[in-house]
Amino acid sequence: MSDRAEIVEAVTAEIEPFNKKNVTVTEATSFQHDLEWDSLTVMDFVAAVEDRFDIIITMNMQAEIETVGQLTDAVAKLKAGQ
Amino acid sequence: MTETGLQAEALPVDPPVVPAERDLFSKFDPLLAERAALLASGVRDPFAIVMEEVRSPTEAVIRGRETILLGTYNYMGMTFDPDVIAAGERALRAFGSGTNGSRMLNGTFRDHMAAEESLRAFYGMSGAMVFSTGYQANLGVISTIAGKGEYVILDADSHASIYDGCKMGDAEVVRFRHNSVDDLDRRLGRLPKEPGKLVVLEGVYSMLGDVAPLNEMVAVARKHGAMVLVDEAHSMGFYGPNGRGVYEEQGLEGQVDFVIGTFSKSVGTVGGFCVSDHPKFEALRMACRPYIFTASLPPSVVATATTSINKLRDAHDKRRRLWDNARRLHAGLRDMGLRLGTESAESAIVAVILEDQVQAVAMWQALLEAGVYVNMARPPATPAGTFLLRCSLCAEHTAGQIDTVIGLFGEAARLAGALPG
Repeated sequence: MSDRAEIVEAVTAEIEPFNKKNVTVTEATSFQHDLEWDSLTVMDFVAAVEDRFDIIITMNMQAEIETVGQLTDAVAKLKAGQ
Repeated sequence: MTETGLQAEALPVDPPVVPAERDLFSKFDPLLAERAALLASGVRDPFAIVMEEVRSPTEAVIRGRETILLGTYNYMGMTFDPDVIAAGERALRAFGSGTNGSRMLNGTFRDHMAAEESLRAFYGMSGAMVFSTGYQANLGVISTIAGKGEYVILDADSHASIYDGCKMGDAEVVRFRHNSVDDLDRRLGRLPKEPGKLVVLEGVYSMLGDVAPLNEMVAVARKHGAMVLVDEAHSMGFYGPNGRGVYEEQGLEGQVDFVIGTFSKSVGTVGGFCVSDHPKFEALRMACRPYIFTASLPPSVVATATTSINKLRDAHDKRRRLWDNARRLHAGLRDMGLRLGTESAESAIVAVILEDQVQAVAMWQALLEAGVYVNMARPPATPAGTFLLRCSLCAEHTAGQIDTVIGLFGEAARLAGALPG
């Protein structure tokens, strides 16, 4: 499995506890429009992803992230920078 | 003839309707619909209360009814203090109704200097800056001292003014889980060592009325080389031997770089401030836009603030009564089975946690109709999507008023289904 596929899988696993609408998650899934998360859910989810990968996703970066694919790219970049 | 631009009478009687897709207000439709649905259920609008008369720090007239005020931040009951009012009247007559200018130019009067002097004395610090509101104090200090490439690390439950200060500035912003020392430690540990860092904390968090473990959090921040700012808006006057706030009560004198406060709560007027021992603190007066590009406070306001702050230093009796009231209300509401924001009375805020908006509004309205005003709070201002009825105590509440309130809370809770009938 590629590094990217591993990240997608881990991110998808972190989404599940917050996936109240049982949306099928793909890289195109939007946190706001498909999962319909409010700001509090986003906060909890981001903290979980940060802890899983031992990274920091600043609020400035979060503002640019809308989809699972974009989050995956951000995580990959942050891990590469470590 | 002079060109004076478009005149009101020249506007068409029936302006053309803006197509929905180009109307900038279309985005507010869900908000308007939610409000309309709430009001259609027959309740009064919790966000449209008018105080027709204010009789004392604890009593007002709302829609002709005498009402006990249990939802103001008038913790120390200074708003009707005769010395405070006399100071304001003197300044109003001597210096006029306003300053018409910025602190940086023509808007610094004798009484602004006196207010800053009283703050330096109250906090035992070398620097003090008065802002026009507490909101602007957070906005200005946070956005100015943390610059591009530096970091602000804040608690997830921070006040809107802290979030907005982050948004206004150019620093990278990192959140940690509310009041979690480990979470703060982990996140600081993941950040690069070199850039400057500001950890932003609050002494009392205003939604649930819970106190921060500042002693542990400040130790963690200092271990990672970060500066610390503590917002003590909801604690001034009644925590610590000198009433300086939660940081003083937890023994952190000299370990907090910046304290933010407000005149609109315990002090009893309006305004904000920052105090600090930083040797270069005065630089902020030349760099901080929310300090510079706004009019300074009216002289009467700063004069009332100065007198109030000077009296708060020795207000031991008020402090004791405020804590007695907070404990009395907390115990009364807890013992009847209501779910509260904290297990014991940690602050002068007692928050009743409810299941949903319908229940919260029903109970809020029942209390109001019985003559008690409390704050209703709802997401996104509240943590974890809760609906709250927030009570804030005043040193001037009598034990009789608190007992009345407890009784009425029981009736309102049974009516709204929050307690078994």
